[in-house]
Amino acid sequence: MADVDSFRTEIRAWLAANCPPTCQGKSNVLPDMVWGGRRQTWPHPDAKLWFDRLVEKGFTVPTWPKAYGGAGISPAENKVLQEEMARIGTRSMLFNFGIGMLAPALMEFASEDQKRLHLNRTARGEIRWCQGYSEPGAGSDLASLRTSAVRDGDDYVINGQKIWTSDANVSDWIFCLVRTDPEAPKHLGISFLLFDMESPGVSTSPIELISGSSPFCQTFFDNVRVPVTQRVHTENRGWDVAKALLNHERTMLADGGRGSAAGAARKSLLQVARQAMGASEGRLPDAAMREELVQWEMDRLCYEATLKRTMDAAKAGKGMGPEGSMFKLYLSEMNQRGADLRQRIAGHEALVWTGDDCPADERQITREWLYGKASTILGGTSEIQLNIISKRVLGLPGD
Amino acid sequence: MSLILTEEQVQLQDSANAFVADNWTVGELRKLRKDTGKGYPEALWQKAAELGWLAIPFAEEYGGLGLGFAELGVVLEELGRGLVVLPIVSSVVLGGGALRLGGTEDQKKAWLPKVCDGSALLTLASQETSRHDPYAVQTTATRQGNGYVLKGRKVLVPDGHAADAIVVVARTSGALGDRSGLTLFLVDPSAPDVKVHRNLLLDSRVAANVELNDVRVDASAVVGTVDQGADVLDQVLAEAAVALSADMLGGIQQTFEITLDYLKVREQFGAKIGSFQGLKHRAARWFCEKELSKSIVLQTLRALDEKAENALQLASVCKARVSDTARLSGKEGVQMHGGIGVTDEHDIGLFMKRGRVSEMLFGDAAFHRNRFAQMKGY
Ligand SMILES: Cc1cc2nc3c(=O)[nH]c(=O)nc-3n(C[C@H](O)[C@H](O)[C@H](O)COP(=O)(O)OP(=O)(O)OC[C@H]3O[C@@H](n4cnc5c(N)ncnc54)[C@H](O)[C@@H]3O)c2cc1C
Repeated sequence: MADVDSFRTEIRAWLAANCPPTCQGKSNVLPDMVWGGRRQTWPHPDAKLWFDRLVEKGFTVPTWPKAYGGAGISPAENKVLQEEMARIGTRSMLFNFGIGMLAPALMEFASEDQKRLHLNRTARGEIRWCQGYSEPGAGSDLASLRTSAVRDGDDYVINGQKIWTSDANVSDWIFCLVRTDPEAPKHLGISFLLFDMESPGVSTSPIELISGSSPFCQTFFDNVRVPVTQRVHTENRGWDVAKALLNHERTMLADGGRGSAAGAARKSLLQVARQAMGASEGRLPDAAMREELVQWEMDRLCYEATLKRTMDAAKAGKGMGPEGSMFKLYLSEMNQRGADLRQRIAGHEALVWTGDDCPADERQITREWLYGKASTILGGTSEIQLNIISKRVLGLPGD
Repeated sequence: MSLILTEEQVQLQDSANAFVADNWTVGELRKLRKDTGKGYPEALWQKAAELGWLAIPFAEEYGGLGLGFAELGVVLEELGRGLVVLPIVSSVVLGGGALRLGGTEDQKKAWLPKVCDGSALLTLASQETSRHDPYAVQTTATRQGNGYVLKGRKVLVPDGHAADAIVVVARTSGALGDRSGLTLFLVDPSAPDVKVHRNLLLDSRVAANVELNDVRVDASAVVGTVDQGADVLDQVLAEAAVALSADMLGGIQQTFEITLDYLKVREQFGAKIGSFQGLKHRAARWFCEKELSKSIVLQTLRALDEKAENALQLASVCKARVSDTARLSGKEGVQMHGGIGVTDEHDIGLFMKRGRVSEMLFGDAAFHRNRFAQMKGY
């Protein structure tokens, strides 16, 4: 405890000396999330200054080892750090697929040289990563992927197509699954590669979503040369890495959206309901809607309790493992249901796509409802999560 | 607050588990149908008392262990797994709880040591309507001389037929449905003008209907404050709902495990039935509901112990969730067993029956959703 207290004192002093006043409290100039990479822009020079200082201290990824760009602090110390940053209303903003998904897989499977290079660059926000897994013919059945990598001297030559690659058009590097042995059983001929999206032969084409945004792309590879040294883990054993990474992805999604400033600023369902339907004798007048709202709120509380129980178990050294699928399944369905309810409560204003007499909040509700439809598909569909739970958690026989 | 068991709680769980294994089988429930006495195995009641379980939530000065709901919940969950019939919720949580929370020093000294050592059985008579509705009290308590006269009819009084004393909720003022105007009285069920009707419930537990035909009680029989009985009542009913949820959680987990085993052995169409996706996905969803139920039970038990500000809200979240999951478990447990599932010979039906009764006791899911809505301003 004494250690934690002295750490807190140390952190307070460091924050006081280093965090620009403009990056604290309500009036802050910080972007909601810093994705990093060559296209990163800064709304204000102070934000950049603050970010650079965080990087220098290893505070973008505080619990990573110092050798890989972290600060090497314990989870307990990290808690103190996060509390102290929250206290003055600031954040370490770095967020991308490299941190939550790729890095843990690299820590497990990559060579020491690869770790030093890629983890450090990721921690410094120099690379925005994208995930090249899905293909037109390989979605849920990911292991049937066909993008080929053929050995030519010290390089692989890549040909094929990926799809649904989130942010491919704005990313710097890709972690990509390719087939290196077309003869082997499908799980045993896959390799895991890392390469620059500016390599000759890589091209992307954005796909528009039903919500109107286009966060993902088709990604084409036409004789792209990738040095063999950029392969992680053994040739043809990339599926091990791919699977571990998917687990981290589900864990990341299970924690989804919490702590983001935008999330915290949103009106609760109850607030939206009060605004839309008023109250009669202190209660929402529509009993059926009330029941649905309460059911949702109760589910949320039960979910939070389950997340907490899992974290408590992890702290005591009792990990949950494939139960990560449960969290992904439950959270994505719950959020989707929440977005659906939100739109139904908001009513006519949430049906407007564009118009000059409609608040932006309501237009956002519509887009969230539509985007919410993707949450039960990305990262493995709900049905696939159910398959994983029944097979790996419940031990039910395959079909 | 940590949501995993401490070492001491794990030991308690082990001993409860061994207690069930050594002393009880689910099949005992079939025998209890013919019982006309207390309706629970008295030898086991004595053993539970010797193990200190009845003393868990009471202060040491009254013979208690000074522990909390987290510990009581561990025991109840294990007993619930085995569908053991013991009046712990009635005596320790309902009757004993009302005295613990609202009793006078004399009442506590007179009764709590006996609750703790199992020599007396207490319970609570609250419900009057078809469905749980704690303020819908028509039973009246009219001031007369130095005491009160109670008149009315109570239903679904858990273990009321075997109780040595019953805490009765009566109306001293206000109108039907008002929260204020309720008063709790300690009533001797053997008094003349008290008539107790023993009802065997569908799950082999017993509850009583209690007629109060101008029953005279002394002013010293008041538990808590006159007209403010709901303060104690709300808390007692919340605690009972949570304690019962722990029991239900045990039943849910056992139902799930029995069914999962069956999915792995029963074959049709030349394959284990657990390989059919139509069943697999339902089992996986059921698993999620079970895990969520477990988390909210653990959290709410601890919130009660910590006297958390939102403890009553959580109690409603907990009972609603666990009631829904119990219903799902009963339904899926029986359905996934096919024909054998609807026979009296197979245990799975016994789990469904117990879950059904518990679901309705102290408020079902709909009741608690509405309650939560009121507390939260929905
Ligand atoms: C917003 C968004 C972002 C994404 N980002 C990325 C990314 O960055 N990188 C990337 O590689 N991919 C990404 N994806 C792709 C995503 O992983 C796939 O869409 C997903 O795995 C499903 O594959 P599919 O679209 O081919 O659907 P299909 O696999 O064709 O599924 C169609 C339907 O069949 C069901 N189904 C399939 N197999 C089974 C089965 N065995 N049992 C029962 N039902 C089954 C599915 O559940 C679904 O309902 C993204 C997707 C979305 C929506």
